[in-house]
Amino acid sequence: MNWIVNNGDLIGQLVVAHLATAIPPIILSFFLSIPIGWFANRFQVSRGILLTVFALLYAIPSLPLFIVLPLIIGTGLRDPINVVIALTIYGIALMARSTADGLASVDPDVRQAATAVGYSARSSFWRVELPLAGPVLLAGIRVVAVSTISLTTVGAVLGIDSLGALFTDGYQRNIPSEILTGIVVTIALALAVDFLIVRIGRLLMPWSRIVGAGGGRSARRQRTAATA
Amino acid sequence: MIEFRGVSKLFPDGTLAVDDFSLVIPSRKTTVFVGSSGSGKTTLLRMINRMVDTTSGTIEIDGQPTTALEAVALRRSIGYVMQNSGLLPHLRVVDNVATVPVLNGVPKKEAREAALVLLDTVGLDRSLAERYPSQLSGGQQQRVGVARGLAANPNILLMDEPFGAVDPIVRSELQVELIRLQRDLDKTIVFVTHDIDEAFLLGDQVVILEKGGVIAQVGSPTEILTAPANEFVATFIGAERGKRALSIQKTATGDILVDSEGRAAGVLVQQSEGVVR
Ligand SMILES: Nc1ncnc2c1ncn2[C@@H]1O[C@H](COP(=O)(O)OP(=O)(O)OP(=O)(O)O)[C@@H](O)[C@H]1O
Ligand SMILES: [Mg+2]
Repeated sequence: MNWIVNNGDLIGQLVVAHLATAIPPIILSFFLSIPIGWFANRFQVSRGILLTVFALLYAIPSLPLFIVLPLIIGTGLRDPINVVIALTIYGIALMARSTADGLASVDPDVRQAATAVGYSARSSFWRVELPLAGPVLLAGIRVVAVSTISLTTVGAVLGIDSLGALFTDGYQRNIPSEILTGIVVTIALALAVDFLIVRIGRLLMPWSRIVGAGGGRSARRQRTAATA
Repeated sequence: MIEFRGVSKLFPDGTLAVDDFSLVIPSRKTTVFVGSSGSGKTTLLRMINRMVDTTSGTIEIDGQPTTALEAVALRRSIGYVMQNSGLLPHLRVVDNVATVPVLNGVPKKEAREAALVLLDTVGLDRSLAERYPSQLSGGQQQRVGVARGLAANPNILLMDEPFGAVDPIVRSELQVELIRLQRDLDKTIVFVTHDIDEAFLLGDQVVILEKGGVIAQVGSPTEILTAPANEFVATFIGAERGKRALSIQKTATGDILVDSEGRAAGVLVQQSEGVVR
């Protein structure tokens, strides 16, 4: 406990550094997955191949990736940009499938209706299909966020600031409460970001809770059928 | 006026949905396509606004081929109402109705105000405007669908089984409402149904279709009822049986009309004015 009180400033700094590293990959993987998800659904063959390839990216061990990336892109070994890029790759590995599934989940009738009233293919995608894929995208990005915040700690091994530094430092100097603090604060941060994402989702998709609450057309049709 | 000239549709999988179809659809009248499932009604309708491309033949609207306009612009100039309303679930009722004007560049505020007026037109309370489609009954959703179809003030309204998924009572309400609307609005309506009663009720011109979009008969309800072109039509409209084959029976209290099962169906009255279509 004493350790925490004496190191409040350090913890604060590390939280900021952690977020600075973790948030860009979360946002990047969300947006970069959109064209991938679109392309995956565009052609029947592309879906299986593309999504498998991207899913396999997640199997790359993280530490070697952090070390190899600077060699490929020519950055310094301790440049945080390496971690951002590596985490974006993992993020996309998780998110591409969610985006593809979300876009595929849009009711074909609704898509037809959008075409019928005069949405162009482009505006139908951005203004109808993507928003309606929203709940699935939200579920996907929550997993990405939690995974990214947890993986960000690995950068500490290379000396890149994050809450992971509390594990490495605590381990080297044998301070159990520092290690424990690192774990607890990382989890708390993941929960906080998750909560924030859910909030943003509700704000952007006020309709989704109503539809999800069983007021949907199919739910009603079943009810009508049951009473008929 | 919409004119089909030798129109065919061969889908990539080899289905010949429409084969050499020719028809004139008069302006400011309701034309109903009626036929059993798979007879090509939806395909015919969707070729008018180019949601489905023709394989051969041409379709002209007021003498201009539909291919003269860009497909998206063409669709925005034609109202479309479909079964299950086809409303966008993530937009409020008022925004659903305002969709097409907004796509056409009308300022949002203006389009929403016009949408409220349209809700009145189709007999919906304005208090429903801020709801999402899933918060409406099936009948209310269809009314919103009709309002959306009218929003850009199109000359042509395409309706694909718009009342197919609502219960019979609501359906007849909506039918009556459509007749009233059409009296005020005078649109060219192309209406698809597989319910022959609905076709006779709404249609100025009824087109009975066989498989492959083959026209079995075109005519007013009266023409078709009094002179079915062939066995197929007679069977389809049920002219020889049930409630359409009425005969006069003399009873002690006066003449009544009975159907083929002998059930009383109505009485003959002297019509003072008006002509049967
Ligand atoms: N996209 C498509 N690809 C292949 N075949 C199709 C396609 N759309 C329709 N068809 C076929 O074309 C024929 C006509 O279909 P259409 O949907 O026009 O019929 P319909 O008269 O509207 O039927 P329903 O009353 O069931 O709506 C059917 O045999 C159908 O299977
Ligand atoms: Mg159909």
